[in-house]
Amino acid sequence: MKMLSRKALCKSHAGQDSSYFLGWQEYEKNPHDPVTNPSGIIQMGLAENQLCFDLLESWIATNQEPTGFMTRGGSIFKELALFQDYHGLPAFKKELVGYMAEIRQNKVKFDPNKLVLTAGATSANESLMFCLAEPGEAFLIPTPYYPGFDRDLKWRTGVEIVPILCSSSNKFKITPSSLEDAYQHAQKLHLKVKGMFITNPSNPLGTTLSLDELNHLITFAIHKSIHIVSDEIYSGTVFNSPSFISIFEALKKLKNLENTDIWSRVHIVSSLSKDLGLPGFRIGMIYSNNDMLIAAATKMSSFGLVSSQSQFLLSKILGDKKFRKNYMKENQKRLKNRQKLLVLGLNKCGIQCLKSNAGLFCWVDMRHLLDNNTFDAEMELWKKIIYKFGLNVSPGSSCHCAEPGWFRICFSNMTKETLDLSVQRIKALVGSRATNIDC
Amino acid sequence: MRLIVPLQGVVQGRGGLILGSLIPCALFYFLQFYLKRHRSPPRNPPSPSSSAANLSELPRSSSRANLTTRGSIGLVHVSARAKAVAAPNDSPYYIGLDRVREDPYDEMSNPDGVIQLGLAENRLSLDLIEDWLSKNLTGSILGVGGNGLGLSGIATYQPMDGLMEFKVAMADFMTEVMGRTVSFDPSRVVLTSGATPALEILSFCLADQGNAFLVPAPYYPGFDRDMRWRTGVDLIPVHCRSCDNFTLSITALEQSFNQARKRGQKVRGILISNPSNPVGNLLNRDMLYDLLDFARERNIHIISDEIFAGSKYGNEEFVSMAEIVDSEEADKDRVHIIYGMSKDFSVPGFRVGVIYSFNENVLAASRKLTRFSSVSTPTQQLLVSVLSDKRFTQEYIKMNKQRMRSTYDLFVAGLKELGIECTKSSAGLYCWVDMSRLISPYNEKGELDLWDKLLNIAKINVTPGSACHCIEPGWFRFCFTTLNEKEIPIVMERIRKVVESCKPPM
Repeated sequence: MKMLSRKALCKSHAGQDSSYFLGWQEYEKNPHDPVTNPSGIIQMGLAENQLCFDLLESWIATNQEPTGFMTRGGSIFKELALFQDYHGLPAFKKELVGYMAEIRQNKVKFDPNKLVLTAGATSANESLMFCLAEPGEAFLIPTPYYPGFDRDLKWRTGVEIVPILCSSSNKFKITPSSLEDAYQHAQKLHLKVKGMFITNPSNPLGTTLSLDELNHLITFAIHKSIHIVSDEIYSGTVFNSPSFISIFEALKKLKNLENTDIWSRVHIVSSLSKDLGLPGFRIGMIYSNNDMLIAAATKMSSFGLVSSQSQFLLSKILGDKKFRKNYMKENQKRLKNRQKLLVLGLNKCGIQCLKSNAGLFCWVDMRHLLDNNTFDAEMELWKKIIYKFGLNVSPGSSCHCAEPGWFRICFSNMTKETLDLSVQRIKALVGSRATNIDC
Repeated sequence: MRLIVPLQGVVQGRGGLILGSLIPCALFYFLQFYLKRHRSPPRNPPSPSSSAANLSELPRSSSRANLTTRGSIGLVHVSARAKAVAAPNDSPYYIGLDRVREDPYDEMSNPDGVIQLGLAENRLSLDLIEDWLSKNLTGSILGVGGNGLGLSGIATYQPMDGLMEFKVAMADFMTEVMGRTVSFDPSRVVLTSGATPALEILSFCLADQGNAFLVPAPYYPGFDRDMRWRTGVDLIPVHCRSCDNFTLSITALEQSFNQARKRGQKVRGILISNPSNPVGNLLNRDMLYDLLDFARERNIHIISDEIFAGSKYGNEEFVSMAEIVDSEEADKDRVHIIYGMSKDFSVPGFRVGVIYSFNENVLAASRKLTRFSSVSTPTQQLLVSVLSDKRFTQEYIKMNKQRMRSTYDLFVAGLKELGIECTKSSAGLYCWVDMSRLISPYNEKGELDLWDKLLNIAKINVTPGSACHCIEPGWFRFCFTTLNEKEIPIVMERIRKVVESCKPPM
């Protein structure tokens, strides 16, 4: 075997051994299908929004021109085919910043020149790590967090993650002491902290950060002279109050910090994968007021440019302001209803969820279903859920949750009927425990 | 280590082992001490918000070049990698591209603009694809309406390394475009958003930080970015010369390998481009076998960038590395091929690249790594449709070659009239032009002076050999596939003006 690099051979970084990914593998072996495989495993571990495809499909059906590379001026196929400028298609960036502002109730304005397009938020997050930290330096991340970060932020960059431990005792909110503890922990590990990486709205919690929490983060970042990366990929999935507060809004609101030093150390990541439900299109972005970062990230985007075809199509979809507004409203409504379905269904089984107002999933409290308060017990329960009751859910340990017994369950990547079925299966699971049948 | 080895050699002559080990240790200690003292101290945190406004802030509009030199100012918070990447482009290759972007030639709206001959882009045959699309493209290509799966068929998360149908389509296309001498297997195809990330991914897979690849020079300037920027891998040029028509010599390869070893630098592989960029040569069968032997003897990899395989306008045959290993039983897993749709199929904007490897471990790692550079699904669907029309693809390949041939002939003839010769090339979207008689002095500075004149007086963007690490001054890469026939005389006229002023002194 010809020798490969250490990075290629290293398996554990990727977290590929994590139950998060193992669950997917099991699902793939035996996927549920209402007609052909009704007893198969239902995928509840994939945070994908399939609720509004009909709206997009009908737009595409009534707007044939963009899909045919046609504009009023004729075909622009040639221009698009040749367009590989890493500054991105201007028409697309213009609509994108308008859309991003609208999601934030226009409380923040974005400049297209400070926006870098990347092939998905996955690429954006990795690029940011390359740009903000040297190999061996660290970012603090509140737990629980998206399992993919272990791979995306660390693998090729050599950056380390140090968790900011959050607890159910205060609904997993970020506190000044948890920040300080994480920082001290990093010091003990001789890791230089370069910044904090937050996901707002949170994955897997499904909650938006409060102004207080944002204040803590900003104060901490100023005090320690570090960066804040705010992954706001779920900002378009907020379906209930409290309303979403972007980190830039908090900066302005709290301390009127525009154009101060911290202003150039706060960066946003987003994408069209969650709100518009278009993960296959691979459209992500980095936004920052830091000129050097933007210059570096723009050039680095050469390694993950967005297809000009997709940029063009999305510029037309997002440019249809009426459609956009209606889509956002409808999307919110459907997500809210879907979440309610799952929450009520779980409640009826005696299972509570963390009160959430965003995201494509619920953070579910199954602590009372554990044999004991350990991660081993959580694994046992997870195995039971997937193998005996056919549901791929994500155990809290895969999200680095500090306490066992929490699970992330997605609700927007399936039909209503399938969701109902999954609730029935959970009911059966709870029932099996009540009657003490060892399944 | 370099310090210690010669030192011991010196010391062993007089004083023996004790001095031989003490002195290096002492030197090492002093080196550490020196480094500790000069390591920059952690930046002081700015005082709380009230005085933050007092920190002198460089106005954002002032030149970024200042930021890179004045490292102590509070603004500079990004990583060393970012600083290096953000620095203004100093390579003529990139400066030229920027100039065209600022002032692009347009027959109607900007006839005095800069004509692009510095980007290997094929504009000769796009009309064929556009034509096909206008006849065949319907909403159903996006899976919407009719018998499509609906948007959920393409909008949702798909395998990061590409849709199976697209892998099949690409494998078939590669087979067709490379002359059907070897059959490409879809299960060895990993899709990436362009050849740029394909190369970077291979670099990450095959080498650790500090390792090196040997690359025949002159080479494509983008390799420095793709293989080195974020990977920490080094490129060692193996110089080819005009007397050999810039073909690679195994002897030169050997020398470079040995020199690297003496320096303590581990060579992990050879990176070749075939057809070569910027020269346009095809590596013949013998050379490919020799390369494989060379790699086998030293247990290193071969990356063969074959992105121009279908852009062949000469009569020489193109031989893919895939064909060579096809006939070899062993050693397949040191060979990796790069391909893409940016050159042969003229769609660089759609971002489609391929890693094709015979090594299962490389494939496994690449499939995971390509999540950072995956191909947009609607683009995959679109190309699946186009490429499934085999009659069209064959017609396209044929017509494209014809058009390249005639443009090449016209272009080379035009240069000849000006007394300028090119190497005899058979492929690629460019010619390798000898302007060494026109530069003065005969060195890199003279070459860059001429490049500057061509860019700013003649207003044509070409790539100087020094940007391609060519060891002989005066060579330039001129891309001709960005031109239509009408534009060739315009280009020649502009070159003439500069050439007249550069006639060598008698």
